[in-house]
Amino acid sequence: MKFGVVVFPGSNCDHDTFHVIDKLLGKPVEFIWHETQKLQGYDAVILPGGFSYGDYLRTGAIAKFSPVMKAVRAFADGGGLVLGICNGFQILCESGLLPGALMRNRGLQFICRHVYLRSENTDTPFTQTLQPGQVLKIPIAHMEGNYCADEVTLDALEANRQIVFRYSTSEGEVTDAANPNGAARNIAGICNEARNVMGMMPHPERASEDLLGSHDGRSVFESMAASLVTR
Amino acid sequence: MKAQVTVTLKKTVLDPQGKAIHHVIESLGYRSVVDVRQGKFFEIDLDGIQDEAAARTDVERIAREVLTNPVIEEFAYEIKK
Repeated sequence: MKFGVVVFPGSNCDHDTFHVIDKLLGKPVEFIWHETQKLQGYDAVILPGGFSYGDYLRTGAIAKFSPVMKAVRAFADGGGLVLGICNGFQILCESGLLPGALMRNRGLQFICRHVYLRSENTDTPFTQTLQPGQVLKIPIAHMEGNYCADEVTLDALEANRQIVFRYSTSEGEVTDAANPNGAARNIAGICNEARNVMGMMPHPERASEDLLGSHDGRSVFESMAASLVTR
Repeated sequence: MKAQVTVTLKKTVLDPQGKAIHHVIESLGYRSVVDVRQGKFFEIDLDGIQDEAAARTDVERIAREVLTNPVIEEFAYEIKK
């Protein structure tokens, strides 16, 4: 199996993501420069966090026009696994690969701290090693993490079980107090209907070893690797 | 020919920045200001396009495909000769 981590001008979580897959999971992984027009031999592609194109115009708005995104879209359409983390999630929404949009945090502050996520759907390639309802401690670091979509879309996400993670208390209660940015229905991560594309605002690559305060995020990458073995 | 495009959040979308600005204005004593919403302004130089209809078509496509996120934003524009 081979993972690819896309690097846009301004991406800054690419190396952390690469490190987790390379050193902690021990799986083959390569960087994919954003000008690459063909994706060959990859089983999973990750759009990492950062500030692609300086967040100019809107977060992720310019990255969606990067040459590599045509290939990422074709890869996703063909069933390949695509994970968008933070800015990567924003890029997936801007590209239409995931519904909705990420807006400015309701408190108007950049929030950089650990949060708790409740695993809502463990029937995805990204969460299959987790238990339903399992609480993960993973950090967020964003100014535009406020997930929003119209009620019809939100209801469809619920009905189709496309909500993968919600912000919760450490006990797994989904409350407004536990919602750091005002995201609709406490949504922290969603997947597409086919469940091969997922976006999440928190940074699992920053919570993959205890040295950084939590290893809970490693499950996302381990789930992906496990799912690729059986595909 | 120039196009002036304004991009605003849809009315159904929360605008915390607009609210923050409103609070500042209120604190300065302007009691008649009931709401403030913040948007973006773009000026596009259409040198080389002579036909206004063609200009409008291009500007609308640019506004839809680049300048706005249609999930949360809408736009209005004017063509100035």
